[in-house]
Order: sequence, then structure tokens, then C-alpha cells
Amino acid sequence: MTVSPPVTGTAPVAKAPKPVTFGPRWLVGRIGFYVLIAVIMVFFAVPMLWLASEPFDKNPGLAAHWPQWTLHNFATTFRNPNLVPSILNSLLLCGAATLITIVLAALAAYVLSRVRIPGRDALLYVLLLLSSVVTGTAAMVPIYLMMYELGLINSILGTSVVLSGGLLPAAIFMLKDFMDGVPRSYEESARVFGASPRQVLTHIVLPIARPGLATILVWSFIQAWGNFLLPFLLLQDTGKQPAAVIIHTLQNEGGGVDLSSLPVFSLLYSIPVVVLYLLVNRRYGFRFHGGIKG
Amino acid sequence: MRRIDVAGLGVPRALAFLAPAIIIIAVFLVFPALWTIYIGSTNFELTGPNSINPQFVGLGNVTNALSDPQFRNSLLLTIVYVGGSAVIGQNLLGFLLAWLMRSTPRVLRSIVQGLILLAWILPGTVVAFLWFALLDRNSGTLNALLANHATAWLIQYPMLSLIFFNTWRGTAFSMMLYGSALSTVPPTQLEIARLSGARGWRLVRDVVLPHIRGHVLTNTLLITLWTANDFSPYLLTAGGPNHASEVLPVFIYDQALNSSQFGYASAISVLLLLVNLIIALAYLRLLRRRT
Repeated sequence: MTVSPPVTGTAPVAKAPKPVTFGPRWLVGRIGFYVLIAVIMVFFAVPMLWLASEPFDKNPGLAAHWPQWTLHNFATTFRNPNLVPSILNSLLLCGAATLITIVLAALAAYVLSRVRIPGRDALLYVLLLLSSVVTGTAAMVPIYLMMYELGLINSILGTSVVLSGGLLPAAIFMLKDFMDGVPRSYEESARVFGASPRQVLTHIVLPIARPGLATILVWSFIQAWGNFLLPFLLLQDTGKQPAAVIIHTLQNEGGGVDLSSLPVFSLLYSIPVVVLYLLVNRRYGFRFHGGIKG
Repeated sequence: MRRIDVAGLGVPRALAFLAPAIIIIAVFLVFPALWTIYIGSTNFELTGPNSINPQFVGLGNVTNALSDPQFRNSLLLTIVYVGGSAVIGQNLLGFLLAWLMRSTPRVLRSIVQGLILLAWILPGTVVAFLWFALLDRNSGTLNALLANHATAWLIQYPMLSLIFFNTWRGTAFSMMLYGSALSTVPPTQLEIARLSGARGWRLVRDVVLPHIRGHVLTNTLLITLWTANDFSPYLLTAGGPNHASEVLPVFIYDQALNSSQFGYASAISVLLLLVNLIIALAYLRLLRRRT
């Protein structure tokens, strides 16, 4: 349940002033600079080559190599009896977790942003604390035991509720931040003209808070989609496991790795996360959230 | 009255809006955390006599842990993992990148940043498999590049592999945080320092670091917390070979799910929760002081 704050796609960059001299020392410095950048790029790129090459190769292996192009692996992957169902499981698991998170977080964040209920500041502080202290790793034993006692091991919906429990504190906090940015005067005027609280919520607040809601929606989905530990603990039946767990199961199954479908599957499973990230990043420009501002 | 309740919800309805979220958080986050403390003070196991009638052992599990060579090994490995990959690896590489990016042409900068971000946003299981494929002895990419088929990296150097893996995985965050931190350093001060001959490391130490000290601390606290709770070493080495890379999260998992020692595993979880709490309190304090 680690909550990592979503951050901007392109980091803000402080411009360095242009160097004034262009002597040999400057030239050596520049060459060193580009060599350093090249080395870093190689370090980051090499592990990812596999994901780019092997899905399209005739004989996918563990080492990334220039592929003998084919799309045949896609057909093999779609015929694999575990893989397509696991994507459906992922969609169900993450869809439910996201839905629960967004609805409950929106209600709570709205109240915390607008109504001065007693103990509000303390509650917000505790939420912020909870979002980072109680991680899935630290709480895996009691969560496993609790779900075991409740008979919810192998329940996708049960697991999705646990997931949203982990996402809610940070989601509420981030959404409250967004709602604080919605001017109160809109609601005040709507009230003056006789709108009911429900109308204020559906006609004024929700439309204005939509960018915030969309951001939290995508954030929750990405978090749930990539979560390995909780579904790994709570969904032990292969037929119930989401994609995150199936990749691990396939990797371990009988020692040998099924390399005809794993590369394609890894690629298909990764694409939604990357696309969603880019989408939100482009449309709403993620700022630092979850407390890290500036 | 309108000031404090613009929506006209009223306190009872406001509480009703708040309740579902609070209940879910209470049941699935707060209760487990508190329950860990209780289980951690018993000798509860999932099967056998201790599953029906767990005995209260107080701090027994903790004292057992302190004299358990496997726990001490795991604690040490966790410190090595956090220190090597987060405090040193991600911190330094992230700062270096943020510093380099200032004088990098725009197109190249987007490519480098995009690549590093991709390492950060790809799902954990995929990333773990990518590194498994990279480091495999017989057919891994690294050994193919080195034309060397003698080194089984994950078996001979499991901790080093994990440290490189997590540095690769998490540097994006530090890079972005330092990127925005560096933009708070007044350019005039940099310019003055440069004119008086400060270059490279001296410029960083004398002018930049004093300005971004708070960011360094914030960043270090957060990545320490995340790395200490990181379960991905399990995906890469599963703690092996022979416990040589069994960091605390893997140790807890192994004690609970494989050895069924739930009481013992819970006591260790409580220690991890305490560490998290201390780090989070320090972080929030820091945040509050800055605003």
C-alpha cells in the first residue's frame, strides 16, 4: 500500500547560465558531460530492451536481441489459458478498487474541504500519516489473517476493498487539495438562488472538481494495477489472479519460463499504465502531491 | 454560518458523507496495524495447537528476534539495501541527473527523463522480470554484452544486484524532486559563485546544498521509507540464495506464509511499523516547518 505521490512527467528545469569561454577545457568538459549522459542512458535503457524486442521475435529468449520480426507471439499469448482471464481479473480487481476509492474519497474530501466538523485537522493529519505508515508490507500478516478469518481468501472483490483501504487516505488528501482550489463563491451564489445541497454538489462542485477527480481516478487505477503483494497474498487460486501475479506465477512455473507468451503479455500489461500516465500528465500536468510541494 | 458550511450540508449529513471512507480505512488499515501489535505479543500460528489457544508471550517475540541470527542478518541486509540503493544510489544519481539536465539540450533532456520515468512507472512484476532476464547467467542480456557466461549475478552478488535494480527503479523520483529544488536556487548567487571561480563540486557544496538542504532531507526520508517497505526483492531473488538477500519484507513474508510463525512475523511487522511512524513523523514535521 505504498503511496507514491504522482509527480510531473518532465521535471522542472533550472536553466544553467551559458558558459562564457569556449577553450579546450570547455571542450573536454562538454565531452565528459555527454559521455556521462550516454553511460546513464545505457544503464537505464538496457534492462528495457527486452520488452521492446522479444515480443516481436520469432524465438524470444532471455537476452534482448534484434528480432526476426513476427506477430505470431500475439496469437500464442491470446491462446494461453491463464493470460487473458488474468487481464479480466485485473480489470475487475482494479476497476472495483478504483470505483470504491474515487466515490468514497470524493465524498470525504468534499466534506473535509467545506464543512468545519470537529476534529477535522487532527483527522487530516492522521490520514496523511496513515497513508505512509501502514504499508502493505508492514500489515501483510494481519491483513492475510483477517481475510482468512472472514473467508475472503480468493475473493477478488474482497481484495479490491483491501486495496482501496490502502489508497483512500492519500486519495482523500489529494482530492481535498483539489477541492480547496474550487472557489466557494460559486456554491454561495448557487445557494443564494435556492439550490439544494445535492444540486450544488452535482451541478457546481463535481464539474469543477473534474480534473482532480480524473487525476485521482487514474492514480488509483495505476496503483492497483501494479500492486503485486496484496493480490499475491489474498488470491492464491491461479484462476483468480490478476496479471501482476500471473507474470510471477508463469516465471516460476516448473522452473522453465514460457517465453513464447511472457514478452507479449508483459508488454500488453504495461501499456495501459504508461498510456494513462501520459494522458493525465499531458492533460492536467501533475504537480507534486501527497505533501511534496515546491 | 455560511462561511463554515457553504454547501449547506449540515454536520450530521457531513458525517454521513465521511463515514464510508473512514470505516474502510478503520477496518482495513487501522485495525490491521493495531491487531499486529496484539498478534505480535502471542505465539500464534496458523495451524497446530497454538492456532486455537495462542499464548501471550509479551515481548518474547522481540527478544527472540534480537537473538535470532536470521533476523539480525535480515536487519543488516535491509540497512545495506536502503543505504546502498536509496540513500546513496537514488539520492546521488537523482541529484546528478537533475544537475546535468540543466545544461542538456531540450530534446536530449526529454529523452533521458522519459527513459528514467519509464523505469519508474512500469509495473513492478514486469520490471522484476526485466532484471531477471538481464542478469541471467546463461542467456541474460548483461552476460551476452560482456561475452561472459560465468557470472550468475543474482546468485553470486544478490545484494549488489538488488541495489542496482532499486537504484534503476526509483531514481526518477529523486531526479524530479531535485529538479524542482534546483530551480529554487537564485541564479544570481550561482553566477556570482561562478565568477569568483567556483566550479563543479565546490559550487554544489557552497552554493547549492545550503539552499536545498530541506529537499535533501525530505527526499531521503521518503525514499528510505519506500525502500525499507519494498517487496520487489522477493520477485527478484526471493531472499535467496540461502537468505543472502532476505531483506525484512521478505523475512516477514517467509516467517508468516512459509513457516506459519504468525506471532513472530507480527512482532517484526510492528518494528517495521514503528520505523515507518518515526520517519513519517519526521517528514511531516519538516513539511510543516517549511510552510
